[in-house]
Order: sequence, then C-alpha cells, then structure tokens
Amino acid sequence: MKYKSVFDIIGPIMIGPSSSHTAGAARIGRVTRSLFGREPKWVKIHLYGSFAKTYKGHGTDVALMGGILDYDTYDPRISKSLEVAKEKGIKVQFHEEDAHTDHPNTARVRIGDDDGDIELVGISIGGGKAEITELNGFELRLSGEHPAILVMHNDRFGAIATVTQALAKHELNIGHMEVSRKEVGKEALMVIEVDQNVSDNVLKELEAFDNILQVAKVVE
Amino acid sequence: MKVLFRNVAEMVELCESENISISELMIRQEMNVKDLSYDEVYGQMEKNLDVMEKAIEDGLKGVESHSGLTGGDAVLIQKYMQNHEPLSGDILMDAVSKAVATNEVNAAMGTICATPTAGSAGCVPGTLFAVKNKLNPTREQMVRYLFTSGAFGFVVANNASISGAAGGCQAEVGSAAGMAAGAIVEMAGGTPAQSAEAMAITLKNMLGLVCDPVAGLVEVPCVKRNAMGASNAVVAADMALAGVTSRIPCDEVIDAMFKIGQSMPTALKETAQGGLAATPTGRELEAKVYGINLKKE
Repeated sequence: MKYKSVFDIIGPIMIGPSSSHTAGAARIGRVTRSLFGREPKWVKIHLYGSFAKTYKGHGTDVALMGGILDYDTYDPRISKSLEVAKEKGIKVQFHEEDAHTDHPNTARVRIGDDDGDIELVGISIGGGKAEITELNGFELRLSGEHPAILVMHNDRFGAIATVTQALAKHELNIGHMEVSRKEVGKEALMVIEVDQNVSDNVLKELEAFDNILQVAKVVE
Repeated sequence: MKVLFRNVAEMVELCESENISISELMIRQEMNVKDLSYDEVYGQMEKNLDVMEKAIEDGLKGVESHSGLTGGDAVLIQKYMQNHEPLSGDILMDAVSKAVATNEVNAAMGTICATPTAGSAGCVPGTLFAVKNKLNPTREQMVRYLFTSGAFGFVVANNASISGAAGGCQAEVGSAAGMAAGAIVEMAGGTPAQSAEAMAITLKNMLGLVCDPVAGLVEVPCVKRNAMGASNAVVAADMALAGVTSRIPCDEVIDAMFKIGQSMPTALKETAQGGLAATPTGRELEAKVYGINLKKE
C-alpha cells in the first residue's frame, strides 16, 4: 500500500498553493539541507518538467529555498525565503531545463560552501510526498514503502557495523540496505530501509559516530 | 505494522462487528501502523484541526493570491448571508464560504492542511465548520471528523488516486467531497454503512471531473470546485441519513473513478493544456500571469 498513514491523507500542514509543487519541493530542499548539515553559501537548482514550466506561479522556487533554509512545509517564512537568502548573502540560481525526465516534477539541487558541496535529485510524487532518486552521483533505489535513512560516511572498516549496531540497539529492523562508493577509502553511502520510524534522536546518535559524515531521513 | 482495512466494505464490516465508529477504526489502525499511543495520534490530528480553523478565519478576513486570479469571494458570500436568507440554506452557503476561504488562503500561499491535497483542501474543513453550528459537536468529535474523512481518503488513495495529474479533479475534489460526506454522516449520528453510502453518492456525482487549471495554478477553477464539492457532500450526507442508498457499492464507485481517470486524456489532467485552461480567457489570464505577450491573430 502506497499510503500507510491517515496523516498522508489529512496533512501535511503546509504553505499553499500546491502539495506537489510547493510542499513536496520544500521537502526536497530540506532533505538537501539536512544532508549538507549546515547553511550553504551558494545554491544552484535545475528544474525539469512541470516544475520548470510553472515554478513561479506555484512558488516552487521559494519552497525549495525555504527547505534549504531548514524551514518545514508549514513555516510561513517560506514565502520570504529568497529575500532571506539574499540578506544572508547566499547566492541563488535557478535554471529551467527542457530535458525530459522520468517524473514530471523533478529538481536537481546543488548547494555548497568553501568546505564542500552536495548534489541531489528529488522528485515530488503528489500530496506533499517527495523522493530522492540520486545523491552525489549515487543512484538511490528506494521503494518508498518503508521508512528510509541515508548515511554519507567515510569508506572505512567498522563504519557500517556501528550504524547497524545502533539501529539494532533501538530495535529498528533493517528490511533492505545498499552500500556504495566511488573510490576505495573515499566517500561512501549507505541507504537503509527499516520497518519502524526512525526518531531524530537516533539520527543524532548515528551522526556522532566516527567516520559518519551526514545522516538524513528521506522517507517517513 | 498491520493495516486493518483495505477497502470500504472491509471498513464498514469491521466497524459493525466491533461496534465502533469509522473514526475509532482509523485511530486504531494508525496506532498499529505507526506504533503510537492514542494520545500521540489524536494530538497530531488536533494540530491539523487548529490549522484548518485558522485558515478559515484568515480567508474570511479576505486574502488575495499573488497572481490576482482569486481571493475575496469568501468575504462576499459571508456578507451576502448577513443581509439575505440564502436560497440554498444557511449551512450549505456557510460550508461553501468556508471551503472557498480555505482555498483562497491556499492560493495566497497561506498555511493550510492538505485534505487530501492542497488543491482540494477546502471540502473537509469547509463542511466541518459549517455543520458544527447545527450539530454542536465537542472538540473531540471535530477531531474525529478528520479521522473519518481520512479513513475514506486512505481507501481512495490506495485503491485509486488522489492526484489530479493521475486522475483528474474527480480524484482530488471528488475524493475530498466524498471524504467530507462520510464524516458529516458520522458526526450527525448516522451508521458506518450510511457514511459509505454518502461517500458513494458524492463521488458518483463527481465522476469525470477534469483537472484543467488556468495557467497551471491551483486557483481557477479549483477554488469554486471546492465550493461545489462541499455542497455536494452536505446534500449527499442528508440523502444517506434519510436512508437513500447507492445502487453501485462505494468500492465499485471508487474503482470506476480510477478507471475513468486512467482513460482521461493527458490534456485534462493538470497540464493546463485543455478544458478551462485552453479557453480564450484562460489563455489570456495565463499570458497576464507570466507576463507574456499574446500574438494577435
């Protein structure tokens, strides 16, 4: 079943006007922010399909930026996010793309500062639900049926074990897990689908471990 | 993590065998699926109710969207009601004005609660805050109204669609109106089976409704579609409470809605290519919103 909770139907609380073009976009922005872990100095966003054609009318741009400023879907500051970004000196660029993508509501988001950057592709699937399909060049294959977390980590022995042990301690059962890396000993990614909802405290605990760079919940 | 019902027939059967309301069943299922306590589930829904109430308040004060296409109609209707006896009755017009208020706030980038989507957010709260004046429910009954609505929406979302891009407006406002009708019946003291009849009668009369927003914005005709969705819900609830039943069972109506959505042309599914969006005035408004000069032919 695609929708599991009554709050998928009655909810989310959000700034209008569109659950797919506004709330879903804000969620994509906020996942990017939580994976980056801090406020960026620059933001480059490429919009595809319906996002590219109607983003101004739907406030998709302010919603994405709002998410990057760590605002939730219901935060009224979303409508002023581009002005806030300007005041903070964050350089923001939007690009409308003609290329055809698998999903009509697709955004490629890159954010960064002097110390690093992150790039992901997000799609907004309707009713405010969003999915991340690509992270730093790693293709993600999430079913969307179960709660999922992403863990960016250093490719070192024991990094995976510390994460899985911590999940076990909190009685969180892993249903599906993928680990990928681009080069031996460099940055790697764990994609973990679990059967139970992962609380923010667990995420913080994971983030504090050695060799763990960033942790984010991508599916509730 | 166990789902208790997958369709309306199972939902009604469970309610009857356990002798509980639809809202109670929905709360129990949510507790099961999310592994939460009653208080946690109830509390989260109560927050949604607070947001809906605030959105209606804001809309009745008067708002305008950035595009200028919508806003101010909720105020007009309320003023009319103060000076006239509405032909369609107080509760109906009150529901209409509050549905419109919610969607005007949504279009103006205010805060709303998606029910089930932002574009169809007016039907459920609009009807709730109108029938409230007649039925005088407790706050708990008002929260339960949202669980009952959610139960019907849950079935539609999983067995058909609640997305205009996938199923047209019948999937959004059609679903929202049906959800509201089922909830009105429960609040008015009807049985779970009568709620299902109200849902079926409402959705039957929304079948085929296309999604054709002018300029692709959630404004025209979305705001007024919510007005009619809300009135459809109130009328169908009254019919079901009177004992009228749908010849076609609720689950089969939902299935028909899904199949109609699949065979609906793409131009009529949230692409702004057909229907009202493609009328001369629709195109003119679109050009105005995006600052494009139309070629004079």
